[in-house]
Amino acid sequence: MSRIIATAAIKGAYKEVAEAERVFNETLESAGATAKVELPNTGYYLPIIYALTGHKVEKVEDMAKALELAKDLLPPVPKARHWVPYLGHALDAGIATLFAGEIIEGCKYVTNPPVDDLWLGAADDVIMRERGVEFVDGSAPGFCALVGRASTPEMADQIVVELLQKNLYVWISGHVDGESIAEQLQQVDRQLGWDTRIVPYGKEMSSAVYSLGFAARAAMSFGGAQPGDFTKILRYNKNRIFAFVLALDYVDEQKYAYAAGAINYGFPTIANTKIPDILPTGVCTYEHVVGSVPEEEIVQKCVEVRGLKIQIAEIPIPMAYGPAFEGEVIRKDDMYVQFGGNITPAFEYVTMREMDEITDGVIEVVGPEIDDVNEGDALPLGIVVEVAGRKMQEDFESILERQIHHLINGAEGIWHMGQRDIVWTRISKKAQAKGFKIRHYGEIIHAKLINDFPSIVDKVQVTIYTNPEDVEKWLATARQAYRYRDEKTAGMTDESVDTFYSCTLCQSFAPTHVCIISPQRLGLCGAYNWLDGKAAYEIDPTGPNQPVKKGDCTDPVKGEWPAISEFVKEKSGGNVENVKMYTMMEDPMTSCGCFECIVAFLPMCNGVMIVNREYSGMTPSGMPFSTLANSVGGGNVTPGFIGIGKVYITSKKFISADGGFKRIVWMPKELKETLKEQLEKRCQDDDVNDPDFINKIADEDVGTSEEEILPWLEEKGHPALTMDPMLM
Amino acid sequence: MAELEEMTACEATLEMLRKAKEEGQETAFDRVQQQKGCAFGEAGSCCRICNMGPCRINPKKPDESRGVCGANIDTIVARNFARMVAGGSSAHSDHGRAVAETLIMAAKGETTDYQIKDRVKLLEVAADLDIEIGDRDINDIALEVGERCLAMFGQQEGELAFALRAPEKRKEIWRQRGVFPRGIDREVVEVMHRTSIGVDQDYENILKGAERCALSDGWGGSMIGTELQDILFQTPVPLESKINLGVLKEDEVNIIVHGHEPILSEMIVLAASLPEMQEKAEKVGAKGINLSGICCTANEVLTRHGVPIAGNVLQQELALLTGAVEAMVVDVQCVYQGIGQIASCLHTDIITTSPKAKMPYARHIEFHEDHALDIAKEIVSAAIDNFPKRGKVSIPENTESLIAGFNHEYINYMLGGKYRASYRPLNDAIIDGRIRGVVGVVGCNNPRVKHDDIHVRVTRELIANGCLVVMTGCAAQSVAKAGLMLPEVAREICPQGLWEVCEAVGIPPVLHAGSCVDNSRILMSLTAMVQEGGLGDDISDLPAAGCAPEWMSEKAISIGEYFVVSGAAVVFGVSWPTLGSKNVTEHLFEKYNEIYKNSWHFEPDPEKMVGKLLTLIDSKREALGISAKRERVLYDMAMRRELEI
Repeated sequence: MSRIIATAAIKGAYKEVAEAERVFNETLESAGATAKVELPNTGYYLPIIYALTGHKVEKVEDMAKALELAKDLLPPVPKARHWVPYLGHALDAGIATLFAGEIIEGCKYVTNPPVDDLWLGAADDVIMRERGVEFVDGSAPGFCALVGRASTPEMADQIVVELLQKNLYVWISGHVDGESIAEQLQQVDRQLGWDTRIVPYGKEMSSAVYSLGFAARAAMSFGGAQPGDFTKILRYNKNRIFAFVLALDYVDEQKYAYAAGAINYGFPTIANTKIPDILPTGVCTYEHVVGSVPEEEIVQKCVEVRGLKIQIAEIPIPMAYGPAFEGEVIRKDDMYVQFGGNITPAFEYVTMREMDEITDGVIEVVGPEIDDVNEGDALPLGIVVEVAGRKMQEDFESILERQIHHLINGAEGIWHMGQRDIVWTRISKKAQAKGFKIRHYGEIIHAKLINDFPSIVDKVQVTIYTNPEDVEKWLATARQAYRYRDEKTAGMTDESVDTFYSCTLCQSFAPTHVCIISPQRLGLCGAYNWLDGKAAYEIDPTGPNQPVKKGDCTDPVKGEWPAISEFVKEKSGGNVENVKMYTMMEDPMTSCGCFECIVAFLPMCNGVMIVNREYSGMTPSGMPFSTLANSVGGGNVTPGFIGIGKVYITSKKFISADGGFKRIVWMPKELKETLKEQLEKRCQDDDVNDPDFINKIADEDVGTSEEEILPWLEEKGHPALTMDPMLM
Repeated sequence: MAELEEMTACEATLEMLRKAKEEGQETAFDRVQQQKGCAFGEAGSCCRICNMGPCRINPKKPDESRGVCGANIDTIVARNFARMVAGGSSAHSDHGRAVAETLIMAAKGETTDYQIKDRVKLLEVAADLDIEIGDRDINDIALEVGERCLAMFGQQEGELAFALRAPEKRKEIWRQRGVFPRGIDREVVEVMHRTSIGVDQDYENILKGAERCALSDGWGGSMIGTELQDILFQTPVPLESKINLGVLKEDEVNIIVHGHEPILSEMIVLAASLPEMQEKAEKVGAKGINLSGICCTANEVLTRHGVPIAGNVLQQELALLTGAVEAMVVDVQCVYQGIGQIASCLHTDIITTSPKAKMPYARHIEFHEDHALDIAKEIVSAAIDNFPKRGKVSIPENTESLIAGFNHEYINYMLGGKYRASYRPLNDAIIDGRIRGVVGVVGCNNPRVKHDDIHVRVTRELIANGCLVVMTGCAAQSVAKAGLMLPEVAREICPQGLWEVCEAVGIPPVLHAGSCVDNSRILMSLTAMVQEGGLGDDISDLPAAGCAPEWMSEKAISIGEYFVVSGAAVVFGVSWPTLGSKNVTEHLFEKYNEIYKNSWHFEPDPEKMVGKLLTLIDSKREALGISAKRERVLYDMAMRRELEI
């Protein structure tokens, strides 16, 4: 009976709002009205309140209005007889609860941040953007807000592994009688944290606002929804982020109240206890509340209720498999055997064959198997993958080869790093005990390549060498191929091709954004270069990567091709009329929200700064990355700002119409360090020809405002200062 | 003479009919026996338009005679039908005009008794009328809204602004056929002109005039009435109240408001609650002032203030016969002259208030908006003064609870709360088959059929067959008295699917949506269902229909006509006023299907009426491809990208 739920949720909301008021007054007392309320590194304040009402909570006193908003939403408790409609009321009570929850958690960040060895508290914007990309490309279809406690720690683990196998994030909040699922998982040594996609937010139920706040931020940063546009933000979540609440054990009034909040997002609740069902659909895609589902069947039921289709290739290995396991770390003590990592030679090599040259599904291990070695040993490794397909091309070899890293890593209990001849991989004791063999590397590669690339891959044959002689012999062949490929791609320029590729993958989140990928400008997410675009098109000819014929060029300096502008106009639904590829000052390309870096014009310095999303400090543009990202993302055209992939920085086409590489006046130290080698190499190029240029780029140690860095740039004789004015 | 038990399905009514019989008091239930009805009139084939007649044509031999002017039966029947539409439309529209005038006075500050109570609704209406909002003063906006609405009555050209709210496809149909209403008064005048002697003598063309006139009611006069009343008096939200003659109180001053316009009754509600009035009542030995309503005024003050309802239109005389009513305050429409006669034998005052509506045996206290509260106080005082004059009192015990106050805006809210308000759950429930269809059961009472009986039987059967029922007018009151407007009913009567929906939302399966001008709310709800998506792209695609099982007023004909022309199938009971002409009837019953994608139907038998409604609904479900159980679609990434955000 829904009335029971509505009654419980509304009562729960009253209690939570009262608690928020108590905590708020206490914080007001102890920290003062003007104390700052800051969740870690975010441009979204208390994100649910900000998203749904546009109200910014920056200081403790700002919470007073938020509290009023929550109170205004509190509806009457349904009567036992002759009641008036309660669904709308219960949903309002849910929102009031979320506002209250954010006030409670926000106060914790004022006085005592809710973070310890187990609980992580709020996710910052770096994580949100990095992980948000997975929601964009579909590698994570959504998240499970897991609350309560399982019948046993083993059952908790089983449920979590099942969720991870479906590529879902597992976000944990709340407890029953002081025992939480996160603690149960600790007992069975499950690794928790963002790397493993199992995120313990907090033990109090109010920490559920971190899940829903993440979802609200995703709508604003990727969906281009404006703060306060609650209709769009919530509908975005209903139709894009396939999340749900899985409640184990007793559901009390407080949990009902938070569940009512989640239903506003289109996130249903599925429980293993006997709670009343709400079966009709509409606010959620399907049922709103389903109870009495046994723990063994609950994950499957959740997926069904949320309306989620998850395609999982059957991988014939004795371990669980899914991208969620990629972040798992195998420490030395947990390792059974390892390969590569400068301990032994190891490489991976994909090569193309004619259709009649290989037999699909043949997997061979040449040399010792896992049963032939002792615990803690290291073996050499050569993985040679021969691929044939009617539409296979030589250019795709490297693309398939690069897949191997995450394909192998997807297996539970296996760890993998690097590519080509710098790979390092470990098989854990746990995996060995469950019967994992070296040949299973081949099984994974075979199954996944056939499954993920059906239009270019028809046959896959894998040979794994574990004896030194064969590894050495094949390594020479592989290295020859690596070099050949590098030289081929290095020589590729925008002028050398007649077709660019589009990427509208992110339109699911940023409906007006269109990436144009050229050989010298990769996608702003850093994940798709021109070859990837080409391959993706072959793999899925109607997919988000489409060839765009360049046609006539009307402005080779600014990079303007009418045919490309026309394409972008059509694909952006008429929102973006023109695109110029090589300038950020006039008709720059749009940004979805997944950019690795933001380039921003600095007028005083007559140059640009670049900030990467991992850098959370202030920048000379006057905004940290998170704030910058809000104005640049969401498919907007913002002259003076562009989102880019890191590799583009050292491209000869990097804002070439605006003066190019030499315009860079500021970068965070860490970014400079990461790109050091490429930057140094770029400094040697003819068009830069200033080996010392890298040392003329300021960083946060020099300053985080234009005023601070300008004298330093003058002192260093930075070339940008004497170049033509960037702003015409 | 028929047995009293055959006359009504309402226990309280039966009790009072027995009393009337004992006391020799005459009511509509008696007079209907005396008035056998003229066969020509009933068939619509009597023409009284000029003084060459009256001309009557025998429907059984239509080709054998013509009117003096040569008019054939088709022309005569069509004229009479069109004039019913014009009459109904003029009633609703004149009501709407009065509300517009009151809004203007309130906005100008010419009366302090009325204010803008619903700012949100005002801004919504202003936006629909393309009126600038910005940071303008609320009274400025209200003034412009009022003036724009008032101007619609005298508008001569163009398209009526509220009619632009209809689905695109429907508007195209109107434009194609040339029936898009121009101005409200103009369409009424034109029908009157066209149907006068020697003007329009092509029945199809006459009906076309009626179609346009009806639209100017539903999307004009009635809609102005509803929308501006909401602005002045607040858009209703669901509340609990009581209904039937048992709400009258033996120990309190009973005042009944009766008629249609809430402008006066709102003030009576306020006046009756004033301490000075309460004190005055106590001084004459009453425990308080008990306000209740009859007919559509009752619906207005019920849905906004929870004022209980004494009964529907056929109970107006019976309420007086309790001897407990100090005053019955009436304004316009559906006020039987018979109440004067009865009141003359009792202590009761019939107080007429409108300069448009006076009657014998009544006291006239004319109502003026500029000192509305003072007049209301005068009326309440007059009632109090009557209390000591009471004779023997006998009030039936029957009362029933009901939930009332649903409308387009609240349906939107109740299905998703403030942040997710939408019609999606309703459309989903229809697509899923939890709700088979939506039926509007509306209209009057008519003593030619068993009072309340057909309403209750039709409604009960509809909800038992999975239809959500929306009601207005006296029909709503019939069903409320039978206890069907309570949320608990869903579990007892409805099939699993409809019960699940009622349970999820907390609604009764029968929704009380207000008075007869509030049928415009149903137009808005149907349009919202179309716009929400998944149920076709016009009102005519929806698995929805309307019926008026006990209709009597020509207002019902206007309402039915605007629903049909707006794309909804409509079934009327009792009798049908065009049966004299095969051509006119075929045009309304069949040809309309081609023109408006739905048509009129006539079926007096309640079971067959339900059968007809269900068949109509099922055929729409079939056409939409939702007659089979909906499959659960699981979404992969590519499919999610297709979803609208």
